[in-house]
Amino acid sequence: MSHRHENIRNFCIIAHIDHGKSTLADRILELTSAVELRDMEDQLLDNMDIERERGITIKARAVRLKYTALDGKDYIFNLIDTPGHVDFNYEVSRSLAACEGAILVVDASQGIEAQTLANTYLAIEHNLEVVPVVNKIDLPSANPDAVCKEIEEIIGIPAMDAPQISAKMGTNIRAVLEKVITDIPAPSGDDDAPLKALIFDSYYDSYKGVIIYVRVKEGCVRNGMKIKLMSTGAEFTVVETGFMGATDLINVGELHSGEVGYIAASIKSIGDTRVGDTVTDADNPCDEPLPGYKKVNPMVFSGIYPADGSKYGDLRDALEKLQLNDASLSFEPETSIALGFGFRCGFLGLLHMEIIQERLEREYNLDLITTAPSVIYRVTLTDGEVKYIDNPSNYPDPAKISLAEEPVVNANIIVPSDYVGNVMDLCQDRRGTFKDMKYLDASRVNLHYELPLNEIVYDFFDALKSRTKGYASFDYEMTGYAPSKLVKLDILLNGEVVDALSFIIHTDKAYARARKIAENLKEHIPRQLFEVPIQAAVGGKVIARETVKAMRKDVLAKCYGGDITRKKKLLEKQKEGKKRMRQLGSVEVPQEAFMAVLKLD
Amino acid sequence: MAIGLYIHVPFCKSKCPYCDFYSVKVNNELVEGWFLAVLRNLEHYGGKYGKIPINTVYFGGGTPSLVPEEMLHGILKKADEVFGFENPEISLEANPCSVDLDKLKNLKAAGFNRISFGVQSLDENELKFLGRLHNSKEAILAIENAALAGFENISADIMLGIAGQTENSLYKTISDLAKLPVVHISAYMLKIEKGTPFDCQQIKLCVPDDDKTAELYLFAVKVLEDLGFRQYEISNFAKNTFECRHNLHYWRCEEYIGIGPGAHSFFDGKRFAAKPSLDDFIKNPFQSKEITDSSPAGFEEFAMLGIRLLQGLDLEFCEKKYGIDAKKILQKCNILEKNGLVKVCGKKISLTAKGCLLSNSIIATLFIDFQ
Repeated sequence: MSHRHENIRNFCIIAHIDHGKSTLADRILELTSAVELRDMEDQLLDNMDIERERGITIKARAVRLKYTALDGKDYIFNLIDTPGHVDFNYEVSRSLAACEGAILVVDASQGIEAQTLANTYLAIEHNLEVVPVVNKIDLPSANPDAVCKEIEEIIGIPAMDAPQISAKMGTNIRAVLEKVITDIPAPSGDDDAPLKALIFDSYYDSYKGVIIYVRVKEGCVRNGMKIKLMSTGAEFTVVETGFMGATDLINVGELHSGEVGYIAASIKSIGDTRVGDTVTDADNPCDEPLPGYKKVNPMVFSGIYPADGSKYGDLRDALEKLQLNDASLSFEPETSIALGFGFRCGFLGLLHMEIIQERLEREYNLDLITTAPSVIYRVTLTDGEVKYIDNPSNYPDPAKISLAEEPVVNANIIVPSDYVGNVMDLCQDRRGTFKDMKYLDASRVNLHYELPLNEIVYDFFDALKSRTKGYASFDYEMTGYAPSKLVKLDILLNGEVVDALSFIIHTDKAYARARKIAENLKEHIPRQLFEVPIQAAVGGKVIARETVKAMRKDVLAKCYGGDITRKKKLLEKQKEGKKRMRQLGSVEVPQEAFMAVLKLD
Repeated sequence: MAIGLYIHVPFCKSKCPYCDFYSVKVNNELVEGWFLAVLRNLEHYGGKYGKIPINTVYFGGGTPSLVPEEMLHGILKKADEVFGFENPEISLEANPCSVDLDKLKNLKAAGFNRISFGVQSLDENELKFLGRLHNSKEAILAIENAALAGFENISADIMLGIAGQTENSLYKTISDLAKLPVVHISAYMLKIEKGTPFDCQQIKLCVPDDDKTAELYLFAVKVLEDLGFRQYEISNFAKNTFECRHNLHYWRCEEYIGIGPGAHSFFDGKRFAAKPSLDDFIKNPFQSKEITDSSPAGFEEFAMLGIRLLQGLDLEFCEKKYGIDAKKILQKCNILEKNGLVKVCGKKISLTAKGCLLSNSIIATLFIDFQ
């Protein structure tokens, strides 16, 4: 290890949501004078509006900091902020691969939560040194010593000397940085070896092209060098390389082994820069790429359509742009008879889906219609062919199915013991299989269930929160497929199947769901010129029915002495109204109706 | 082509609680001022545009019958002088209790050949609810007197959707009117206008709801047809050829000049309105003109107004005149026809009675091209 390496620390911060990860990052930035105070904003690394508003981190972000330690030496810190939510494990995983260590932030009043565990295990899997930190000691309900004990007992890492801090008040932040120096190993690597750098993130800059974030494992990268991206074989010439400052990129022309930084090489297409890929020297390539990390596949799918059909191109552009910065988002064109042209999009989970929708609507000014989320079902046909179905419209004829399977997850739910009964009822209701139950301490329980994924993609998290007064935390991982009794539920309006409203459901749940959806639709579909029957059917058999009565009176009776302005105004109003409607066959359906299908409680 | 002339008479003895037309309490000085202003404006139009053949004149209100016959006569004379009448229909709106036989005779002599009474109902309770000044006896007498005075073209307005109105009471009102020398009936559904005394919870709760009013309307259409009043417009029914020619100008997108505070015009290629202020009307040399539409008479407008006539809309004509795609509209008619809302005959479409009730939505469905 060179002398230079000794002064570098590459680490990230992991935590359960709301445990103070981004606030700690802010304090670290201040303490290392990475940002002038006048530029300081809360949650500096969360630079998307959505992130700041929701108080969550969606995207990983990296920054290079200079820290003068108590021993008088200067250190270079590369801090990578990571998302906490289970949906964004993928992002966490990417960040971890660029680091030697992780600061684990635990709330001193909440203790360990489901995502604390999930993220810690992920870090340990990546062989990272985990540095526990107990945050929010300023809260009256804080019990830092108990939390330290919990960390030792449940996670099994020493925590008795874990810094006890308040990121909000700025208490003890220096202790955290000193811990980083003593506990997290310096990077290793040989500057003279052929270049070997891991791409852990990328985004598109309209001036510089794709910017890739790399962790250089071996060798060096310099401006003017010809690089090769190993999985695609694409070659580019480095235009700029350097560090990520807190507010902008700093082009220093060179990156060495052990360092974290960026490369700009006039890369036009994000498709060339796969996160997890290895960058090498085109003229002096390394023998083999770095092991790419676990690629996470989308688990939840839904159709996204522009409310205004003419905006299809805009939607495609917006999705492409989002994908530049979010490789976990997948989409492909699909056509719905009801909704026209749109995209079937794959998401890591429900939060991911919500975030993408919100970003499309806010950042790209699009009005969207989203279909009910679906998971990927595995269907074995009678002729032995196996099909994966992510769109209910493609569900095969039941007569041709010999085996239908649905994805299942292992779920960990950490909850105060008072609510165990409620949570068990909920899991039971969601077709869960009880696995085991462990007391974390006298008052908190870790419940372990196996649950079908399609039972949690709708509103499980909301239901869980409402049944536990918000105290439960929840995490899950895919385990595989299990045979299931599935049916496709179709919704008919005025006798015509609306493909965008179909979904796949367990037989036992079909009746209740059908009734609920028919009722919801009835509430949301305004009275039309004629009666509109709403039917829910399984295999052609109607199992629920509601009727939207015909409108009876909508007329301007008088001629008002030749004053036709009222009539015109009315016509204008109706024009506006029509814009918010979707014409499904002969029925006009407001956009909200498509959402109504998702609301079950 | 001959056009219509509308004179707005903004005076009432008392304002009906459901009415939102512009009117003020009648007083001699104001009537005099209004009269002179009408004459001024007639001259103004005449001076500016020269002779414009007029084939309908309509005095609406307010309560035009409150204006002294001599003044009404003076206005007609002036209008004929500056524009030139072409065998005009000359209508007057009248309150049953504001005309006696003498006055009616004078009106006839002044040139009026059509009179339209605001009867509203022949049920005493319904009349009370509407705050009308007359009772059923006075209404019947006024109609009989009009006939005696020589009016052949007598119209009566009736109201649908009054609190307490039933099919029985409605049948009685219509059949009693049919026994009188009435040749035209306008049946308007009560609409609670914003800002009127009727615009309150108390009233809204006691009037029939939309569904009930719709039933009353369909019932009225049937009874009227049975008694020989053919429906020719959403709210209008006539015996033989007694359609109101003035209102036909409106539905056919033909031009008309409106004079008086708040009066609307469609003239010289524009739609415009005078400010609804009597004071303004009297003081200004000419009435103010607020353009409401500077490029009217497109297809949407033509269709929106034309479809109100039961004779229907001739899409072949519209194809030629406006270059629209009739096929597209006819396609959209399919489901409406199936549900008994429109009738399609070749390229002609018309509303059924049930369709009339939903005309706003049907117009929006058929004629708005929202792509």
